[in-house]
Amino acid sequence: MRRRSGLLFVAPALILFGVFVLYPMVTAFSYAFYHWQGTTRGGFAGFEHFTTLFTRAPFKTDMPRALLHNVLFFLGTMAFQNTIGLTVALMLHRRARTRRMLQTLYAMPYLVSPIVIGYLWTLLLSPTFGPVNQLLTKIGLESWALPWLGDPDTALWVVILVSVWQWIGFPVLLYGAALGGVPEELNEAARVDGASHRQAFFRITLPLLVPAIGTVSVLTFIFAMEAFALPYAFGGSTGNPAGATDFISLLFYRTAFDSGAANAIGTSSAMATLLFIIIFGGALAATAVLRRHERRITG
Amino acid sequence: MSALPGLRAGALTAGRRSRARSSQKPVGGVTASLLLWGYAAVALVPLLLMVASSFRSNADLISDPLGAPWPLSVASYKEAWTVGNFATYFANSLLVTCGAVALSTVVATMAAYALARGRSRIFRWLEALFLSGLMLPIHLAILPIFYLFDGMGLIDSRLGLVLMYGASGVPFSIFVLTTFFRQLPVELEEAAQLDGASTWQTFVRIMVPLVRPAVATVAVFRFVPIWNDFLFPLVLLRREEKYTLPVGLTTFFGENATNYSAVFAGLVITTVPLILLFLLATKQIVAGLTAGMTK
Repeated sequence: MRRRSGLLFVAPALILFGVFVLYPMVTAFSYAFYHWQGTTRGGFAGFEHFTTLFTRAPFKTDMPRALLHNVLFFLGTMAFQNTIGLTVALMLHRRARTRRMLQTLYAMPYLVSPIVIGYLWTLLLSPTFGPVNQLLTKIGLESWALPWLGDPDTALWVVILVSVWQWIGFPVLLYGAALGGVPEELNEAARVDGASHRQAFFRITLPLLVPAIGTVSVLTFIFAMEAFALPYAFGGSTGNPAGATDFISLLFYRTAFDSGAANAIGTSSAMATLLFIIIFGGALAATAVLRRHERRITG
Repeated sequence: MSALPGLRAGALTAGRRSRARSSQKPVGGVTASLLLWGYAAVALVPLLLMVASSFRSNADLISDPLGAPWPLSVASYKEAWTVGNFATYFANSLLVTCGAVALSTVVATMAAYALARGRSRIFRWLEALFLSGLMLPIHLAILPIFYLFDGMGLIDSRLGLVLMYGASGVPFSIFVLTTFFRQLPVELEEAAQLDGASTWQTFVRIMVPLVRPAVATVAVFRFVPIWNDFLFPLVLLRREEKYTLPVGLTTFFGENATNYSAVFAGLVITTVPLILLFLLATKQIVAGLTAGMTK
């Protein structure tokens, strides 16, 4: 293909991507370094907005709390995905007849909007009519019939567990695909040499799954740091009850669009920039580590 | 360049390969079978409960939340659809999602063809630029997007959302389609060009029909996140008559939090198109989910 006609083919995608993705992404950073008076840009502010995030109320207390929730969300999701997800994938492996069917069933909740999932579980867990507490009472676990979402001690864990429930189909699928790529001969050779099933799994299969685990981890990290719709459905934009389900994206949304503060754009952009650095830095670091591991097992 | 560890698009066909060696014993035996089907119930029962509850009256739900949806009552659907404005939200979601999927699929197919076939170095550079978008958390740019839209008169506009989602789908679509175009032999195009076809004719008549499976994967897979997206319509739309389903749902939930059966109906209305899509195109969705994984 000639270079000129090739560029004509690329042009529409490039213009669209440039105007609505690249340009906003790049300007998002510059916003954080200027003073703002409503929507009018003032003078250069340096790192002032970043220090505001850590020194002034309400950010001084809200930022670390929201960040902690994001991190707990990530760790909780990871813990379940890599134990339940991997176990389920292993059990599905070599079940040719039912695997596709079960994988499909597990992936169903993933399709549903996080907003729908949030409201659905709010209703299911409702203390007044919720079927969950009703069921717990029926089977004699009255003491477990708690106001799950009304109690600051349990609300965050509900959000995490519901999110795991929604997403588990994804690691099951990816780990399933990765297991399909582990050469059976390697495991057989190890077994012939006298390795137990357990040894063969931990010494051969698991190390070969590290790239897949890495991909799942990186995607989970990005997903957990950006969490917005699901906590919004559970606790509104303020992270009810009492900020127990507050996340960085919610705090960002409140600051940018709900606070009415004169310098809202500056402060919230600083927050977005910080979050971007965390997401991109974390993802790049993890990728670099995994690349090194990949070279070691393939090289 | 690949943006994530182990990214290779070859996994579009990965499912089939492992079937040959399924003669070996599955892990865990009967206990595992029970656990696997038990977990399937955990995944599905809440969704089934949502559907069942939407067909019951509010009084029934309160007196016995786990009762059977019999006789079926569609009153809650009528209420959500007309009084709750779900007819409007549904039409808006359909318009925005289909428009955006069509836009990004068309521009990405054209671009992917050139990126796969172009030999100049500029195409490698452009491909890397597009693929960098796979990892950009676009939601963090909501403020600049808001002011960009403000300047272009696109606030409270469904067209604005179509352009936005169309653009954000470009990296993934290009990633999958470029890989697919590269696997096609060049002889067909050379023959067409010898017969006097222009580049455009070759692309439309010969190449597009050949990449149809990948186009289907991309279109189906992009449909889901756009249909479900919440932040952009929340920030960029103003009037209720423009709302898409997720934002309309929050309004409805806020005003009818105790009208349980109507809320359940709203949840089902928002979800049904995705379930239909999933049943019709399971293969494409699974392929999209595992696109880029190692074999």
